[in-house]
Amino acid sequence: MDRKKIRFGIQAAATLIQNANFKGFFTGRIYEGASKSVCVPGLNCYSCPGAIGSCPIGSLQSFLSGIKFKFPYYVLGLLIFFGAVLGRAVCGFLCPFGFLQDLIYKIPFYKKNKFAIDKFLRYLKYAVLLILVIILPMTFNLTPFFCKYVCPEGTLAGVMLAAADEKVRTVLGPLFNWKLILLLIFIVTGLIVRRPFCKYVCPLGAIYGFFNKVALYRMTCDKSKCINCGACAKACQMNVDPSKTPNSMECIRCGECLDKCPAGALHMGFCKSKVKAESKAVKGE
Amino acid sequence: MKRYIPAIVLIILSAGLIAAGIIMHQPESILHKAIRICMECIGLG
Repeated sequence: MDRKKIRFGIQAAATLIQNANFKGFFTGRIYEGASKSVCVPGLNCYSCPGAIGSCPIGSLQSFLSGIKFKFPYYVLGLLIFFGAVLGRAVCGFLCPFGFLQDLIYKIPFYKKNKFAIDKFLRYLKYAVLLILVIILPMTFNLTPFFCKYVCPEGTLAGVMLAAADEKVRTVLGPLFNWKLILLLIFIVTGLIVRRPFCKYVCPLGAIYGFFNKVALYRMTCDKSKCINCGACAKACQMNVDPSKTPNSMECIRCGECLDKCPAGALHMGFCKSKVKAESKAVKGE
Repeated sequence: MKRYIPAIVLIILSAGLIAAGIIMHQPESILHKAIRICMECIGLG
C-alpha cells in the first residue's frame, strides 16, 4: 500500500475514533463519559455530538479564562507530550479538521498554493495563539475568545447539533452567522489552497510547529544523496523546502515530498535515521 | 541518540506536568466543562 493510502487510512481512523459517539449525531446529545477528561491531540471540539475526548485548545482556554486563574499543568503536559513525540505529524495524521480540509482539497478545482502574501499570513496563527487563546481569555474572564469568535471546528459542531436538535435551531443568532461565514470562507478557500486554516490560523498547529525540530517523529535529508533538483519543494503544498529545512515549523509530515524525491534522499519516521547509517558507510566509518 | 535527548527531556517534563495536573484534579475540571454543550464554541454564546 502506498504512503498516501496509509495516511488517508490513519486520518479516517483517527477522526472516527475521536468521534466515536455516533448516536450523538442523530440525537443531538453530546457524550458525557469519563474519556472527556482526556484531551485529544487534534482540533476536535468537545461540543461535537460525536466527540469522546476534549479539545486541547478549548481546555486550555477554559483554564486561562476561569474566574480564578489556574495554571493549565495537565493540558500543557499533554500538548508537550504530543508535540515531543509527533510534532506537527499530529496535523498531518490525527487532526479531524485537517482531514476535512484534505478531503475538500481533493475536490477538482483551480489550485494555487504559492502566492505573494503567503509568508506574511503564516505569522497570523502565532498572533491568534498569543492574543485569542492566551492574552484575551486571561484578561477578560469567562470568554474563550478563539472558540467563541473563530474556531470553525466548533461551528461545525454547532451545525451538526442544530441539524439534529430543533431547540438548538431556535436559538441560532448573529454569532452563529458570523462563525458560519468564517467556516464557509475556510471551506471555499480550502478548495484552492491546501489547508488554509492549518497554514494561517490554527493555534494548535502553531504550538506543535515549535516541536518539529526536536520531536521523535522527524524528517531527514541525506545531503550525500540529494541532487538539488527542487522536486520536493515543488511538491510541498505547505510551501516548505524539505531539502533545506526538513523539520520546518510548517511541515505537517504529509510525506508528499518523499514520493517525489527521485534520489530517495528524504526519510521520515521514528527510527534511527537511515541517513546517518548510510552517511557513515559512505565516509567509511 | 544525542539528537533524541531534547525530546526525551520534554517527555519527562510533560509527564511531570500531567502528574501535577492530575494531583490538582484538572482532568475533572475538563470533564465538568466538556460534558455540557459549550454555547460559545458552537456559536450560540
